[in-house]
Amino acid sequence: MVKANSIPRVWRERTIKYRLIGGKCKKCGKSFYPFRRICPRCGSEEIEEVHLPREGKLLYYTVIRAPPSDFEEYAPYVVGIVELKDGTRVLAQITDVVEDQLEEGVDVEAVFRKYREQGKEGIIEYGIKFRPKT
Amino acid sequence: MKTSRQVGIVGYGAYVPIYRIKNQEIARVWGKSTWPIKEKSVPGLDEDSLTMAYEASYNAVKRAQIPPEEIEAVYVGSESPPYAVKPSATVIAEALGITPRLIAIDMEFACRAGTTALQSVIGLVGSGMIKYGLAVGTDTAQGRPGDALEFTAAAGAAAFIVGKGEEALAEIEATYSYVTDTPDFWRREGQKYPRHGGRFTGDPAYFKHIVEAARGLMSEAGLAPQDFDYVVFHQPNLKFPLRVAKRLGFSKEQVSAGLLSGIIGNTYAAASMIGLAAVLDKAKPGERILVVSFGSGAGSDAISLVTTELLEQKRSLAPLVESYINRRIYVDYATYAKFRGKIMR
Repeated sequence: MVKANSIPRVWRERTIKYRLIGGKCKKCGKSFYPFRRICPRCGSEEIEEVHLPREGKLLYYTVIRAPPSDFEEYAPYVVGIVELKDGTRVLAQITDVVEDQLEEGVDVEAVFRKYREQGKEGIIEYGIKFRPKT
Repeated sequence: MKTSRQVGIVGYGAYVPIYRIKNQEIARVWGKSTWPIKEKSVPGLDEDSLTMAYEASYNAVKRAQIPPEEIEAVYVGSESPPYAVKPSATVIAEALGITPRLIAIDMEFACRAGTTALQSVIGLVGSGMIKYGLAVGTDTAQGRPGDALEFTAAAGAAAFIVGKGEEALAEIEATYSYVTDTPDFWRREGQKYPRHGGRFTGDPAYFKHIVEAARGLMSEAGLAPQDFDYVVFHQPNLKFPLRVAKRLGFSKEQVSAGLLSGIIGNTYAAASMIGLAAVLDKAKPGERILVVSFGSGAGSDAISLVTTELLEQKRSLAPLVESYINRRIYVDYATYAKFRGKIMR
């Protein structure tokens, strides 16, 4: 179990989360986000880092109204599955939307936003979310 | 105040959050019958001065069409950094892919920090020390509930990449700075909201510094108000920039393209810089622009620029200021108070 308020975890993942870096399996061709060392489809360890396209389509979404405690102040917020232009599917927060006026299938683009605060005194985590294309 | 070699803006970008609150709604809550502007921008819950600076900088990199790693300085001017201690410049640089061979620093000088960041980067490029430098002005301004400032304190960012003159979309012609110790507005360490000297923020502060900086620049560069096609002043409201323009001999027409405070509010360190971005969004090649910032405490930077043939092809590479202004989600005072941390659960 990953410790939620880990500083090393945030530091280790910073470029992946800041720059939308995914992995592409050299064996089976699957691309995925975030980057990890083992292919989630075929188990291969031959993974290359790829800068994923920043535009895509919102496939599905749900509104989170009872979130984990660190996200309480953001509720209600939207989590969706975005299909990027290269076909990679990304699970991410959808931001800058009124949650009951959102439609599946809209074009979205990546933005850099605040993920969560490790309490009032801890570090602030940043990363990629998506918003309807401007 | 000039560089020994010619430098200019090679990329620019702006950002304004999507949320707006109408002045009428703020007035309704506090029982006021008049208000200074139409509406102001409000940052979302997952935004701060750092994330806004990133998006403005991302747009500037797109227009510059340079590999981010060739940027050798990131200067971020803000009075609302998310941390009291821990730089925003490092996060922005990391997210843009500029680290680690880099000069990076956060700067604070109330609403003036952005143009001073720009001036510093102009100096670094102008001396030949670095090839490209990024300067950002960004703020999520705080106004005490019910205070006059609450009607205007807004959020936005603008970023400029400085490089060699021959690559520039606008060449830097001259700069001039005017600084004194004038206590017109401040926020003490640990305090949530700033305080200001009421009417004292006018004549001895805003007007004195802007007038002196503009006149200083024009005198050193041998220019007069009629030599400029556009002028952009720091814009804490609508009244002050129009009044200072008149005092200096500029027309309303010269001011209007870069005057956005009526519809986005006072974006503090970003205010004159977003104004400049809006002017670059519509200026023709060979036009001269004067920008004069103002930061409480107090000081003004005046910068004179002349646009080049490259401007029109670079413009369409990133969203215009207007496209950010036109995307709007209106919020009521309660939602605004939640977004700005004025009420806590």
